Amino acid sequence: MTAAIAIDALSVRYGDVIALDDVHLELQPGRVCALIGMNGSGKSTLLKSVVGLVRPTGGTVLVDGESPARARRRGAIAYVPQSEEVDWRFPVSVRDVVMMGRYGRQGLTRRPRAEDRAAVAEALARVDLADLADRQIGRLSGGQRKRAFVARGIAQDAGILLLDEPFAGVDKPSEATIVRLLRDLAAEGRTVLVTTHDLAAVGALADEAVLLLQRVLVHGTPAEVLTPENLSRAFGLETDGKGAL
Amino acid sequence: MNPLDFLLEPLGYDFMVRALVTSVLAAVVCALLSCWLVLIGWSLMGDAVSHAVLPGVVLAYVVGAPFALGAIIFGVLAVVLIGAVRSPGRIKEDAAIGIVFTVLFALGLVLISVTPSQTDLAHIVFGNILGVSTADLVQVAILAVVAIAVLLVKRRDLTLYAFDPTHAHAIGLSPRLLGAILLGLLAVTAVVALQVVGVVLVVALLIIPGATAFLLTERFGRMLVIAPVTAAGSAVTGIYLSYWLDVASGGMIVLVQGVLFAIAFLFAPRFGVVSRLVGAGRSRAATAP
Repeated sequence: MTAAIAIDALSVRYGDVIALDDVHLELQPGRVCALIGMNGSGKSTLLKSVVGLVRPTGGTVLVDGESPARARRRGAIAYVPQSEEVDWRFPVSVRDVVMMGRYGRQGLTRRPRAEDRAAVAEALARVDLADLADRQIGRLSGGQRKRAFVARGIAQDAGILLLDEPFAGVDKPSEATIVRLLRDLAAEGRTVLVTTHDLAAVGALADEAVLLLQRVLVHGTPAEVLTPENLSRAFGLETDGKGAL
Repeated sequence: MNPLDFLLEPLGYDFMVRALVTSVLAAVVCALLSCWLVLIGWSLMGDAVSHAVLPGVVLAYVVGAPFALGAIIFGVLAVVLIGAVRSPGRIKEDAAIGIVFTVLFALGLVLISVTPSQTDLAHIVFGNILGVSTADLVQVAILAVVAIAVLLVKRRDLTLYAFDPTHAHAIGLSPRLLGAILLGLLAVTAVVALQVVGVVLVVALLIIPGATAFLLTERFGRMLVIAPVTAAGSAVTGIYLSYWLDVASGGMIVLVQGVLFAIAFLFAPRFGVVSRLVGAGRSRAATAP
């Protein structure tokens, strides 16, 4: 089976700073993978490499066996940004945001057709936001905001969902809802790659986990990966006192 | 005086009719563009490009090319230079913008001073709306129609670019191209607005209507109505006031826009200062024991 994401010897440098160094990682379709590491470990850079936002200094990334550029044009990749990267006062409704998932499949002016409206309505129902569709996007709770962006990926019918810190600023019940949603999406055969430093969520969420510190330290099931020894390698010495563990 | 005369008398002069049509066209196209500029945070970029087009306009005049061509070339040059000055990392973006646009503007001033022509410095810098010729009007109309058409056809992509360029990239669109379209339109629009209010005040037309609309609504589609309507109203009001009070028309148009902004800033239903104060008072009263 072709890997959904195949990363081979990937290196990324920003000037003198090494963000990723010789990363190897293969993800099969239908799996949820948690990418774990501290700030500056290269998690976001890895996601951005898959979507082609950063140019590799070396190595290759393949998505469904093809280049990220081709995969993007097919609409295969959905990207859910970190909360800080979004202007929440922007004058768009929840429905508008989800409709943006359809743009790659629409004509020159992106005028929505019946099938686009149907796909958006279905995606909104799927994430339980149908009632809030006409709200301005910033008038949602943290968890609802994340679900709106996941709905955008569903409306896009992307096979690969990349989520950057989806649990930051999200309360526990909403976190559980998002976890359930991502598990359902993986069960349909989609591939879900999530960066997080919320280790408590990883067990329920992920089929596999990757500890990252510029390179892949460990890759396995969450139980295999989240051992005290591994975590102290990935996070330095902060593993004993912190409640997050 | 008969109130109808107040409206009709100025229309007896051809130059007033041309002034009204030109300023409404320019105000509307600037207002549409301003909706995206204020959301992206490109106000300073608007200021920069509108000043930086000056040498392009002068050179176009010298070689007999359309003003818009010279303006676009120098608008793009300004953006490229700003990027080049900023990218090594030592000079911050606001400094890079400030350096590039003032130097290009200065180049324009120097070029005007050595150009043997009727290009009147004061007209370019402060606008000359009452002196607009029919040829000027035609050029403004063509540029405005082209800019409005591009904005309306690409409006959803441009909004996506303003809201989430990463998603635009992820679905195979080119954020770089969309940004370039907006910058090109900025240069064209600067030329249009230059005729009306002059280089110095172009940025007002490119920021105030969008900012006013953003205070009044949470729907982008409504911003695209409110901004041009307030801008067109300001243009007409400003021209009439300048006629009857015998004051500078470009300045008057911007003053009226400023007054409308101030009203929205204070009294907008949801985001105005007053309703925020009232709302805060209410919620304090509600939470009081």
